[in-house]
Amino acid sequence: MSGRSALTRARVRAAWSFLAPMLIVLALVAGWPLVRTIYFSFTNANLSDLSNVKFIGFENYLAVYDGEWAGLLADGYWWRAVANTIRFTIVSIALETFLGFVVALVLNAEFYGRGLVRAAVLIPWAIPTIVSAKMWGWMLHDQFGIINDLLMRLDLISAPIAWTADPNIAMWAVILVDVWKTTPFMALLILAGLQMLPGDIYEAAYIDGVSPIRVFFKVTLPLVWPAVMVAVIFRALDAMRIFDLIYVLTSNTRETASMSIYARQQLVDFQEVGMGSAASTLLFLVIALFTIIAIFVGKVKLGQES
Amino acid sequence: MADVVLKAVRKSFGKLEMIHGIDLAITDKEFVVFVGPSGCGKSTLLRLIAGLEDITSGDLLIDGVRANELTPKERGIAMVFQSYALYPHMTVFENMGFGLELSKVGKAEIDEKVRRAAASLELTPLLDRLPKQLSGGQRQRVAIGRAIVRQPKVFLFDEPLSNLDAALRVQTRIEIARLHETMGATMVYVTHDQVEAMTLADRIVVLSAGNVEQIGTPLELYEYPDNLFVAGFIGSPQMNFLEARVAEVGSGGLTLTAPDGTPIETLVATDGVKPGDKVKLGIRPEHLELAEVGETGTISGDIEVIEDLGESHFIYVRYAGGTLLTFRANGLSTVKPHSKIALRLPPNCCHVFRADGKALRRRG
Ligand SMILES: Nc1ncnc2c1ncn2[C@@H]1O[C@H](COP(=O)(O)OP(=O)(O)OP(=O)(O)O)[C@@H](O)[C@H]1O
Ligand SMILES: [Mg+2]
Repeated sequence: MSGRSALTRARVRAAWSFLAPMLIVLALVAGWPLVRTIYFSFTNANLSDLSNVKFIGFENYLAVYDGEWAGLLADGYWWRAVANTIRFTIVSIALETFLGFVVALVLNAEFYGRGLVRAAVLIPWAIPTIVSAKMWGWMLHDQFGIINDLLMRLDLISAPIAWTADPNIAMWAVILVDVWKTTPFMALLILAGLQMLPGDIYEAAYIDGVSPIRVFFKVTLPLVWPAVMVAVIFRALDAMRIFDLIYVLTSNTRETASMSIYARQQLVDFQEVGMGSAASTLLFLVIALFTIIAIFVGKVKLGQES
Repeated sequence: MADVVLKAVRKSFGKLEMIHGIDLAITDKEFVVFVGPSGCGKSTLLRLIAGLEDITSGDLLIDGVRANELTPKERGIAMVFQSYALYPHMTVFENMGFGLELSKVGKAEIDEKVRRAAASLELTPLLDRLPKQLSGGQRQRVAIGRAIVRQPKVFLFDEPLSNLDAALRVQTRIEIARLHETMGATMVYVTHDQVEAMTLADRIVVLSAGNVEQIGTPLELYEYPDNLFVAGFIGSPQMNFLEARVAEVGSGGLTLTAPDGTPIETLVATDGVKPGDKVKLGIRPEHLELAEVGETGTISGDIEVIEDLGESHFIYVRYAGGTLLTFRANGLSTVKPHSKIALRLPPNCCHVFRADGKALRRRG
């Protein structure tokens, strides 16, 4: 018994010594900035003069001036950004997961030239977001863009569409580009999950005469579900701090601004470090909350199906 | 009610032909075992019958109906895999019932069938467990149970016991024998374990490199192997083989000259051989008899190793030309290592194989 606990102690020590460098680096590059941001969110800091800051409590979040509500939580523009971000996250991830699954299933089948197709599919993911955003920006350009040109030539539209300027369409344009870029990533993660599945159970199901559709829903889906959940969480965390695509693709409008765009605007354009930090802190809280919920829901669902 | 007939069945993977025209008629309720060395095509042949692989040419008839293009389900077969192939996320109950759902049976009926099969395999207390919570033997029983609930016409087994330890193998083997008796289904069983083949089979099919070497009851194969391959493959320890020459063709058999010049009488058919022909003389370790050194008609050599197993013993004898002979006798050994030993070859137990490998039928 005592030998065992000594062994356990040694293991715990080893674990900590392996973890320590990582934890220190994380504390420096992620922990410290986070703490600073949260601290600034409770001050009236201004970008032009960071030496003279005054602690103002929750005023950046919510305050009453002259009988009127003010602060982040009273700002319609902020809530618009929250709504935009959530809409973008849900729609783009739903599409990416669905398309990613389809692509993964295709890539999982054996066919001639599979290796080449697998590599080719990854190209959109390999291009830096800024580059693909610029590229799509040109393709979607209302006067010179190839997409309008194509649709006009095919007589599908009569007049050019302002893809990125029209507030009703711009968000869809952003989602389209994001789906184009990120589906390969989803497909790859799901494909990795699919390839972990044992092959013999598919032969067993075939012998038993179970229809392929039933096999997909009753065998493949539940078994690959954990991999899909991981992919969805990864993507959701990424999608909720969406910035570059929207910043490059759409003009600086409220209709498409995300939480990150809002925070940048406060910080840089308006020099309001306090306000911007408050927005960043809320963004952090939203992402943290989402992660916890996603992990929890994913587990519960898994528990039910197995 | 299911007989399975293969007519000139061939299978190629790409350009390589792996099964070279196999003819085989399995009758209803028969237990047929495929044996053969690794890579000889046992699994491939089984998968052709199952419908997991397409037959390149030839016909497969199940119940007299051509089944080449039928799905496994239409063929009425169930298969037990070496790897068990259980669905990892389903309980034992769900694993066994999965193949039944959607075939017009109701939930209550599925429940009943699964429970009955589980009871017969002593799986009832395990019905709610996941495969990962079972031992290897229990998993194998679930795999068998999953096949039983389908009530197939033909059961296919691909080395179902090879992942189990020795004791469990014997137990599960007996279970399969009992199953065959109670189910009254046709069974085709692949193994490379001789004991499994000899104990379970009504008939054994010996395969080698995609060809059938011999088909027969276990005793037929043991007593009258058709050729060198079967003689060497069936029986453990392996049959002893000696290079020999035909000295005389008699009316009852052949007189051979052993490598050391000893004349050996045999009782075999004499077709196609003449004095001076090179032949192979085969004799099983358990058929050799201990003799006095110097006795005429015996072969002698030096004892190299003695293995006492209690109820029997093996003596390995270095014979002329370097051949190592195995001699098996009951009880404990009475000889000393490194001493000389003489062995008698009873004429009715000698197998003789022509240079082309064909056996001369024994008359013993
Ligand atoms: N899908 C395949 N593609 C190409 N060759 C194959 C394929 N499946 C089997 N083979 C070849 O066919 C031959 C027979 O294989 P098979 O699996 O039937 O052997 P086996 O008798 O079952 O051997 P073992 O006792 O090792 O299981 C082997 O040489 C193997 O390499
Ligand atoms: Mg095999």
